[in-house]
Amino acid sequence: MTKSTSTVVSARGLGLTFETSDGPVRALSDVDLTIGKGEFVSFIGPSGCGKTTFLRVIADLEKPTDGTIEINGMTPEKARESRAYGYVFQAAALFPWRTIERNVTLPLEIMGLSRAAQKERVKRTLELVNLTGFENKYPWQLSGGMQQRASIARALAFDADLLLMDEPFGALDEIVRDHLNEQLLELWRRTNKTICFVTHSIPEAVYLSTRIVVMSPRPGRVTDVIESTLPKERPLDIRETPEFLAIAARVRDGLRAGHSYED
Amino acid sequence: MTRLGLSWQALAALVLCIGAAFGLPLFDSQPGTSVATTVEIFALILAAIVFSAGSGFRPTSVFLLFASAHSAAWLLISALAGNEGTARLSYFALLAATWLLAWRTVSVLSHLRPVTAQGRTFVRLAIPLLFGVWILILWEAIVRGAGVSAIILPPPSAIAARIVTSLPMLAADVNQTIFKSALTGYIIGGSAGFLVAILADRIAFFRRGLLPIGNMMSALPIIGVAPIMVTWFGPDWPSKAGVVVVMTFFPMLVNTVTGLTASGHMERDLMRTYASSYWQTLFKLRLPAAAPFIFNALKINSTLALIGAIVAEFFTTPVVGMGFRISTEIGLLRVDMAWAEIAVAALAGSVFYGVIALIERATTFWHPSIRGG
Repeated sequence: MTKSTSTVVSARGLGLTFETSDGPVRALSDVDLTIGKGEFVSFIGPSGCGKTTFLRVIADLEKPTDGTIEINGMTPEKARESRAYGYVFQAAALFPWRTIERNVTLPLEIMGLSRAAQKERVKRTLELVNLTGFENKYPWQLSGGMQQRASIARALAFDADLLLMDEPFGALDEIVRDHLNEQLLELWRRTNKTICFVTHSIPEAVYLSTRIVVMSPRPGRVTDVIESTLPKERPLDIRETPEFLAIAARVRDGLRAGHSYED
Repeated sequence: MTRLGLSWQALAALVLCIGAAFGLPLFDSQPGTSVATTVEIFALILAAIVFSAGSGFRPTSVFLLFASAHSAAWLLISALAGNEGTARLSYFALLAATWLLAWRTVSVLSHLRPVTAQGRTFVRLAIPLLFGVWILILWEAIVRGAGVSAIILPPPSAIAARIVTSLPMLAADVNQTIFKSALTGYIIGGSAGFLVAILADRIAFFRRGLLPIGNMMSALPIIGVAPIMVTWFGPDWPSKAGVVVVMTFFPMLVNTVTGLTASGHMERDLMRTYASSYWQTLFKLRLPAAAPFIFNALKINSTLALIGAIVAEFFTTPVVGMGFRISTEIGLLRVDMAWAEIAVAALAGSVFYGVIALIERATTFWHPSIRGG
């Protein structure tokens, strides 16, 4: 990986302190991290470890209070304004008054694409998430898994190179989640996007990622960064291999080390 | 009793019938009713009791029950002609019996489970319709049977007759009060409330300064400004529309301001990730999310506008308008005309409300309260 020329996210000494009525809360502390183009990076850790906050800082939904962060060599604000990333939230957050098709065209309308271009993009992205044929359904007529796929299609529709996903499958059952994980990997291989993926599931993180960032709370910080040795082609049963289990064990150790501070 | 399969309504109707038979005749006065009519009424009520028996209901038996009970009620009301104010206890016993059988009809209807969509619609409409009709039947029969003075409460038939004979006058009043005063005020007040809500949302200065004053103003008895409006805009409809503007402004302001905060954090963050402008977020997210609140204000305002326009006419006004008519006709003891205006106002108000409710259903079809779940 040639990190100097194709760095997507680069954080140095990044910190964020929320001022609350109970006094300041250190949500992120001294995070140094570089994410290269085409990587699939998972952020894992218990709640309060700052993994979602870090994603929100990349997305310019939170402002850091210390350190610096650059997205494609720009400030997060400039990156957001240039529509550098697509963001998938914990819930699908589809607009119930719009059909699936019109939900996917929402970012395209805001960005001022022509009707024809919108049509073409919707067709392509709905194909990508296997939702062809559901264009005219309303979100509440679809299952939770389909809704989340539609929200991924919406994030993909404007072709940003960076995809930020905040526990997108957290609310879904395990079978649906396995299926969507497989589809997400397939999609990543086909589009060569950079993906930052927040999760609290160890198997999910190991199965999906090229790199796993282990975080721990109070203050939120990075305790370990694990390079995955798994091949790019990953059938679901790779999760039974010793290699997979070894990485999972390392992630678990990292999480435990983070926890030992409190008790 | 249970062996006969009689409901308690039918049983009570039977007891009332027997009691009425011992208390004949129906009226104290001459000419009273013919023997044939009296027999016919008894026969219809007994037939209805028979039709109401049993537990498995078919549409035909429900229809026969309905037809016999209501024919009996119709004969009872017809028998009143020339006998006003002389009805005896036996008359009211028979009236109560028909009412109980109509009750039975409604309760049987509400247990029917029609298979077709038309059948379901029919049952859904028939039940409230029967309910309303019976309010009129009892009103008519009791007021005329007991001889209540027309100044206290005229019977519905007199009010209906007054409506039919006064159509041009009613049309002029509706035009003045509803189409000129209420509708103009409703549109101006609602739009102004809506625009000020957006202004308050956009500019912090307005939000901090105007909204507390708005809340205070909405607590004022606004109808009190009606005489002031007359000094500002003259006695004709603009001053009434002014009252309606003041009345409808605040519900729309408060509801829209609340509605604009109804969209979720996640949805607003989503718009932010698209670098969406204030106006884009407003039109694509916040206003659609606020629609249920805005429609709520439109519905509240539809009744407020009518009340405001009518009551404002109790003060200085030209010689046309529903409020003017009600206050002057009551003064002339022509109570039926006042009731005619009230009936027309109720009808117009229901239509007004219904149209808005229909638009709401079409616009906010996505909201859980409308799609049902």
